[in-house]
Amino acid sequence: MGVFTIYFFDREGTCLFYHEWSRPKPVKLGAGTPGDDQKMLFGLFFQLKVFAAAMDPKGKPNAQLGAPTRIGESCSFHSFTTDLYKLHFAESPSGLKIVLTTDPTVGDMRESMAYIYSYIYVECVVKNPMYSPGQPFRFETFTTQLNDFIQSLGLLQ
Amino acid sequence: MPAIYTILIINKSGGLMFDRDFLPGISKTNGNDTLRLASIWHSVNAISTQLSPMPNCLGIELLQADTFDLHCFQALTGIKFLAMTEPQTPDVANLLRYTIYDLYADYALKNPFYEVDQRIKCELFDNHLNYTITGLHRRWGHPV
Repeated sequence: MGVFTIYFFDREGTCLFYHEWSRPKPVKLGAGTPGDDQKMLFGLFFQLKVFAAAMDPKGKPNAQLGAPTRIGESCSFHSFTTDLYKLHFAESPSGLKIVLTTDPTVGDMRESMAYIYSYIYVECVVKNPMYSPGQPFRFETFTTQLNDFIQSLGLLQ
Repeated sequence: MPAIYTILIINKSGGLMFDRDFLPGISKTNGNDTLRLASIWHSVNAISTQLSPMPNCLGIELLQADTFDLHCFQALTGIKFLAMTEPQTPDVANLLRYTIYDLYADYALKNPFYEVDQRIKCELFDNHLNYTITGLHRRWGHPV
């Protein structure tokens, strides 16, 4: 199995959508509850963004650690790999954040995540009249299209 | 061009033991921020193991950012060796695992004046590390 989970967060840190294709270690053995899991994950990549912006070897000298930056202005991270999984991170200019966890052997997913954003999220969620911004959503068209796309990448069996 | 910007060593409780920049002209963080970044990395690493979708995860090995890659090798004792490099720099994992870990064992741990988990101030370690990294940079075509 190539893909584990996907999360969508809005700019305030609310988890709008969560789906797991497989999760051999359940949430119960990790953070405890799904809510805690999502909050911890948001904290994780928020901190990693601060980290990447401060470490940036080509950035402005003496940048203040943790100073707020606009999206796309500072150096950000796009993935990290551990021994057992790889986490891909993408952020849109409006602050929507997509987190995808896959097998560590999976390559660069930046283009695929841009596709998920512009052709699946925007088409099926933002343009959906039933969608209210900032609220978690669960639309059948969105879930099927997402599933089909992940399958077309060869990440699902 | 491949390049190694910085080497950091973090002890098992998240304290910074060593940091050195190897290329001129890169933007530096000040000393306090480097200490804080070391402990941020330590806690982020711990959270990443807890959030892992697979059981028994050991932590982050590679962080890929827009302008740099950060490789991390964690030894069994909990000490972490970090190398900040240009994206696509080859063989950094092996460099940390075999070369720099060996240098640490040989010239820091075997130094009778070195205290475990404290700042590494060992001349031989510095010299050998410098020699290794400048050797690599020369091979990659950096002006030395």
